[in-house]
Amino acid sequence: MRNILVVEDSPTMRQLISFAIKRVPNSHVIEATDGVDALKKLSSEKIDLILADINMPVMDGLKLVSLVRGNPSYKDIPIIIVTTEGAEEDRKRAIAIGANAYLPKPIQTQELIKLVNGFL
Amino acid sequence: MSEKETAYTNKADEFLQMFRKGEEFTKELLKENEKLRYRIAQLTETVQRSGDEARTKIYENRIQLLEEELSSLRERFMQVEQENKDFASKYIEVEEENNNLANLYVASYQLHSTLDFSEVLRIVLEIVINLIGAEKFTVLLIEDKTNELVAVCTEGMAMSEAPKVKIGDGTIGTVAKEGESFFAQDLSNVREFNPLDPIVCIPLKIKEHVIGVIAIYKLLVQKDGFTNVDYELFNLLAGHAATAIFSSRMYTQSERKLTTIQSFLDLLKEKPRR
Repeated sequence: MRNILVVEDSPTMRQLISFAIKRVPNSHVIEATDGVDALKKLSSEKIDLILADINMPVMDGLKLVSLVRGNPSYKDIPIIIVTTEGAEEDRKRAIAIGANAYLPKPIQTQELIKLVNGFL
Repeated sequence: MSEKETAYTNKADEFLQMFRKGEEFTKELLKENEKLRYRIAQLTETVQRSGDEARTKIYENRIQLLEEELSSLRERFMQVEQENKDFASKYIEVEEENNNLANLYVASYQLHSTLDFSEVLRIVLEIVINLIGAEKFTVLLIEDKTNELVAVCTEGMAMSEAPKVKIGDGTIGTVAKEGESFFAQDLSNVREFNPLDPIVCIPLKIKEHVIGVIAIYKLLVQKDGFTNVDYELFNLLAGHAATAIFSSRMYTQSERKLTTIQSFLDLLKEKPRR
């Protein structure tokens, strides 16, 4: 079973992403409401992929990406950013920090599943 | 010549004659043999030729059958390929429908997951931002006392920027009055912000009774138009968001009133102090 950590402050988006991920075979969704919550989950669970929003309270998605990349235990976990920030410079910044893929909202479920499958 | 010699000569002649006859007969036999050999050769050739022809005929028939089979298989293959294509496109349609239904289910589930008014408003904002892809918008509710539309929450703009609109006035007022959604022809993000001129305005309706509107002024940069599921979401928002907002507002108000009444009753029940 592959664990996918969905880091999103919006319950609507968390539920929607979890719904979509259920269609990826052998996958299990673990939810986190912000970057700090995500780091807690990372320390307690074996995570295979992270899906993170950028705009979140407490700790945003970009900070989370840089912390994950700086930690030798998690640095190889693929990270997909799912955000409302659709500008090219936002995408470049996230990729430069260490995100593997960038998916602007509103998400197309098929596209999300394809991306997730590509990293698992 | 003596009689003996004459007898010998006669016998020799007889023998010679017999020998000649034998020679002739042998020659005739040889000729006959030659003829028979020739005939046998001819017959062998004929038999062989007729065998080849029969075999060729059989092969030709077989080839024709195989060709017919091949053409029928080709036809069937094309049919199956077409069916396959139809199934593939149907599968894509079903997948899309499934995704759309998931979006609608999640939106409606979240809208009815709470009776807290501010929570419901937050969920409406989340749906409009994340599922529709709007960047700047406001939710306006009708104030019964003034019959005006007043903003209760905004996204991407300050509350002070939100308009106050009389029912029937302008695009927003007309949508509230008539209960019909408004979609501008030009959805581009370059137009200047005017609080009275939204690009989309959705009435929040409980049956035919409008309780407010959602006015959208700007979409996210990556959102260049609306898809079918967006229109479904707008319909869902028009109905479900209205019910959720209305019932949560009523619940919050009644909770507040109940608390006030309870406090009042508690006060009355209290024994007078000496």
